[in-house]
Amino acid sequence: MGLRSLFGGDNVVTTKLDEAIGWARKYSLFPYPFVTACCGMEYMSVSASHYDLDRFGAAFPRFSPRQADMLMCVGTVSQKIAPVLRRVYDQMCEPKYVIAFGVCTCTGGFYDNYATVQGIDTILPVDVYIPGCPPRPETVIQGLMLLQEKIQKQKHEY
Amino acid sequence: MPNALKLLQNKFSDCIRETNCHLGDTSAVVNKKAVHDILEFLRDDADLNFDLLVDLTCVDYGEGEPRFEIVYLLHSFKTKARIFIKAQVSEPDPQVQTVSDLWHIADWYEREVWDLFGVSFKGHPDLRRLLMYEEFQGHPLRKDYSIDKRQPLVTAEGTNNSQITPTLEQSQQAMEEYVSEENGLSVRHMFLNMGPSHPAMHGVVKIVLELDGEKVVGSDVGIGYLHRAFEKHAENISYTGVFPYTDRLNYVSPIINNVGYALAVEKLLGIEVTERCKYIRVIMSEISRIADHLTCIGAMAMELGAMTPFLYFMQAREAMYQLIEEVTGARITVSYVRVGGVKADLPAGFESRVHDQLKKVRAELKQVHRLLSRNRIFVDRVQGIGAISTADAISYSFTGPMLRACGVDYDVRKTFPYSNYDRIDFDVPVGENGDILDRYLVRMEEIEQSCRIIEQAFEKIPVGNVMVDFTGKEIPAEKMADLGKFGQTEGLLLQVAVTDPTLLGAGESEHAEVRHADKRVSLPAKEKTYASIEGLINHFMLIMDGHGICPPKGEAYFPVEGANGELGFYIVSDGSDKAYRVRCRPPCFAFVAGFSKMIEGCQLADIIPAFGSINMIAGELDR
Ligand code: SF4
Repeated sequence: MGLRSLFGGDNVVTTKLDEAIGWARKYSLFPYPFVTACCGMEYMSVSASHYDLDRFGAAFPRFSPRQADMLMCVGTVSQKIAPVLRRVYDQMCEPKYVIAFGVCTCTGGFYDNYATVQGIDTILPVDVYIPGCPPRPETVIQGLMLLQEKIQKQKHEY
Repeated sequence: MPNALKLLQNKFSDCIRETNCHLGDTSAVVNKKAVHDILEFLRDDADLNFDLLVDLTCVDYGEGEPRFEIVYLLHSFKTKARIFIKAQVSEPDPQVQTVSDLWHIADWYEREVWDLFGVSFKGHPDLRRLLMYEEFQGHPLRKDYSIDKRQPLVTAEGTNNSQITPTLEQSQQAMEEYVSEENGLSVRHMFLNMGPSHPAMHGVVKIVLELDGEKVVGSDVGIGYLHRAFEKHAENISYTGVFPYTDRLNYVSPIINNVGYALAVEKLLGIEVTERCKYIRVIMSEISRIADHLTCIGAMAMELGAMTPFLYFMQAREAMYQLIEEVTGARITVSYVRVGGVKADLPAGFESRVHDQLKKVRAELKQVHRLLSRNRIFVDRVQGIGAISTADAISYSFTGPMLRACGVDYDVRKTFPYSNYDRIDFDVPVGENGDILDRYLVRMEEIEQSCRIIEQAFEKIPVGNVMVDFTGKEIPAEKMADLGKFGQTEGLLLQVAVTDPTLLGAGESEHAEVRHADKRVSLPAKEKTYASIEGLINHFMLIMDGHGICPPKGEAYFPVEGANGELGFYIVSDGSDKAYRVRCRPPCFAFVAGFSKMIEGCQLADIIPAFGSINMIAGELDR
């Protein structure tokens, strides 16, 4: 039983608390970059100094799924690597968010073939889809801001 | 007749079925029983000395008889000659003798052919799948396997652990089994999985390590996690449609892949592009090469804990990307080159901006030299580490900076010059020890050489003389197209279409400079398409399915110097608008195949810089 029911459902306390937690969470995202392909080049660009994801509190990549709360799936996911991706996702602690970076992860892109998974949402839930092949750094930043907005407006577990 | 063929005829007269010299490629079709002996002879003969197995691949002729053809491509450093040896294999139970005892690299090449075509190799020590996973049914590059035939996803629970880390019990069991005796002590080796989702493995390579303490005793490298069926796609789409797929092979330097593929198709067609276009290809290729080397060195330094060089080099790479974007309209996936030319001419004022950016690159290069080249911590971690001997490097079919670091000055741009590289003066840096330090230094110097090439290319490039005298005014492209549609074409051809920025330079004035005149391969200038029925028909003919570019029947191999080494495209055409078979010879495939050799006896921590130094690019490795 969470605090929410202790306060008797949604009221001024829980909504304020949600807001505060959302505000804190959205500025301290720890991404797990699951980088496989060409989109990784743009991932490098956004995380390096020129575009600087640090401005949004999401610069510090954690390569252990246990320490990360945002799975950034960057690049084509093949049938061969799909079980690995699923396992990484399963190992992450709640709350966790998933960004599909690039059209390959959204829909399979133009790799409509025997080897490619047609969108990662066939194997795990996705919060934000960033289209583009690869998306420009500006698009990625917009995608990240959308996720922040989502987190801010969410009800949180406490 | 070339020397090699003559010698072969003399020695193996009853095993040679056919010899050929087509488009400058020497080839011999041989009896499949004699393949091993012939290849051994070609390798060991003192005059011929074909010591590099450049490529080994297969073509499936479907209904034809015999069904499969195994193609071996050999290169001799001594005579600079090349020869194709082909062996025909028929169903059922297609099989040839392995050559993995002659060349190390053949081990992986043969595994790939087994995996994708189902041709097996007699005597191969370890014939497993390479690119696909164990549970996969069938052989995807066979003609009877359709491109979209998907197989059920293997779940984490259902897999027999070919893709995921072994369980604890399995590792323990393996440890029990691998007890060895050393000096009277029983030594237990530990097994460790690195990857595929490991930051230093760049996300897509798995290494199973056998460790004695921290020392690497043995390893097994697993690839294929980014297999995206490039070769299958290339058979299922028009020749022009393949360009976007080539971008995503080596996605750090896509333009070089574009150029390589275009040159291979042009070789089939027997056409040569304009002078200006050649230099444009050189300039753009070298800009890409700089970006590639910057990424490789930056990432390697970062993995060793040196964050600053990474940030400096990313800054420099950003400058390169801006240049590429200015010309092509995209940063990475550019699709800039076309068969018979390039998409569009260079924009106005481009040259001076390139010079500015090169200044920046040189400044960053100097900074990084100061930060790394004599830095004790860095040098201690890379000197003498991950080294490979020249003989092994050749046996593993290394090319490019990795081979040059071993002291062999082989560079496709010098040995088989294309696109006017022979008119440009540049040096090929070579190392001595074949270790990580030498690879780093070779790449650093190549960046400087690429800058030199670009500068010279700008001096030599013929200025585009404006062919058409435009008296008319500029009008937006869509308006021009509308007028054309309604037949108001009077005088329309004299106007200039103002196109979308990504098509800048594709107009009538620059068209003849960057596109081949042949109507069978080049799209007409935009104004012609919009404002005249001839242009429109020409455009349609090239775009429509079943028409398009149709090279004559035959096959061609064209190598270019990719950022990682020899990047070759082998195309078999059946005369239709789609290639019958496209094979990409990926340079970094060899490095990953030889990686086990490189890290033998190293410490566990050395794997990280060693892996960084081979510049594994998954897109081209797994295709
Ligand atoms: S979306 Fe495009 S750039 Fe990104 S991984 Fe897929 S093919 Fe590569």
